[in-house]
Amino acid sequence: MLNKVTASVHEAVRDVRDGATILIGGFGISGVPTELVCALLDQGARELTIVNNNAGNGKIGLSQLVEAGRVRRMVCSFARSSNPLEPNAVAFAEWYRAGRIELECVPQGTMAERMRAAGSGLGPFFTPTSYGTRLADGKETRVIDGVGYVLEQPLHGDFAFVKAQTADPWGNLMYRNAERNFGPVMCMAARVAVAQVDAVVPLGTLAPEHVMTPGIFVQRVVQVGGQA
Amino acid sequence: MRANIRRLSRAEMAAKVANDIPDGSYVNLGIGIPTLISKCLPPGRDVILHSENGILGMGAAPAGGAADLSLINASKEPVTLLAGASITDHVTSFAMMRGGHIDLTVLGAFQVSSLGDLANWDTGAPDAIPAVGGAMDLVVGARQVFVVMEHVSKAGEPKIVTECTYPLTGARVVDRIYTDCAVIDVTAQGLAVRWMCEGMSFERLQSMTAAPLLPGIG
Repeated sequence: MLNKVTASVHEAVRDVRDGATILIGGFGISGVPTELVCALLDQGARELTIVNNNAGNGKIGLSQLVEAGRVRRMVCSFARSSNPLEPNAVAFAEWYRAGRIELECVPQGTMAERMRAAGSGLGPFFTPTSYGTRLADGKETRVIDGVGYVLEQPLHGDFAFVKAQTADPWGNLMYRNAERNFGPVMCMAARVAVAQVDAVVPLGTLAPEHVMTPGIFVQRVVQVGGQA
Repeated sequence: MRANIRRLSRAEMAAKVANDIPDGSYVNLGIGIPTLISKCLPPGRDVILHSENGILGMGAAPAGGAADLSLINASKEPVTLLAGASITDHVTSFAMMRGGHIDLTVLGAFQVSSLGDLANWDTGAPDAIPAVGGAMDLVVGARQVFVVMEHVSKAGEPKIVTECTYPLTGARVVDRIYTDCAVIDVTAQGLAVRWMCEGMSFERLQSMTAAPLLPGIG
């Protein structure tokens, strides 16, 4: 019987190895799988590469992982706060300025598309995004029919951590509002995709044509919080 | 004696842009003055606002502060949805931006060049943490790129220049510039002045601009 439901967040992240690449969903505070990231903090894996849009929101979760010295490299589109009253990614900023963590700044759409390429079996692809800017430095470029393009590489994850609202035992996922953001593409791009959800529902509950991430892209589901 | 120059306020700049957005447009608004545009769209005009995190048909901030943090805009502020809105994942949302489906984006800028090069993501300060977000995707992918900004910097330096000294967001991407002093189109012939604020002369505008202007009115 296929059942991807895992007993706990700790069980769900047990086999993350040192040096792993982890795709972590969320945009700002929306759709962040905080409990999975906290479980990873307890689990102990080091030298991690983290792919996340924002390099941490608030003090809990990714910022703690950074402060604990567990992240070697961050792949981000926006690794700073635009709001001085509610600063994000503070821990990252300290570690980055101290030269203790690497940053690869990637245009947000290129980041999403690199993961789509990884999840769809594509190789490198040409995009006009960042052509003529310093984010294209060191990358192969080509002018095709008068348009300049930058060659971008697929972005694979060993793991993806995402937050969804509802899952069934086969790993079909539904997301709440704009919490979907990077979830579907990160599940596609990772060898092991782990979804933390508010609720697990019986098979047949989710309308098949409304499923947002089909279970084939999801390896583990873990319910977080009290809702049954 | 020089006539008094009446520069536009930020709200007036936003209103001027808003007035030029056609009914039925799909539009992505940047941070700063562009955000004000959503509040001054003429009544009866449907302008569908896109937010990079997957929202199409974004409404105003929620009344009464009942914030649902699963529904936020690109500035990470709570928003509402209009009837007819949709929500997608990032791949689909950025396909809208990168694939030429967004009719117009309006962005702030540090500098714009006479060729339409845009610098708006990085001041080039040595200790700045590079953070680009969706800006580079948007400027190459949106059908039209409008910039709205003050004509000169706080230090009085021209922001319209022959070549940007700040790091570029995109090369040859800007179509039109709205400032507190003028509206300027980026054309194959050069920077064509379409409108000037009350009391402004072409010569005076040129003196505030570090790139040649064309008297293109009319």
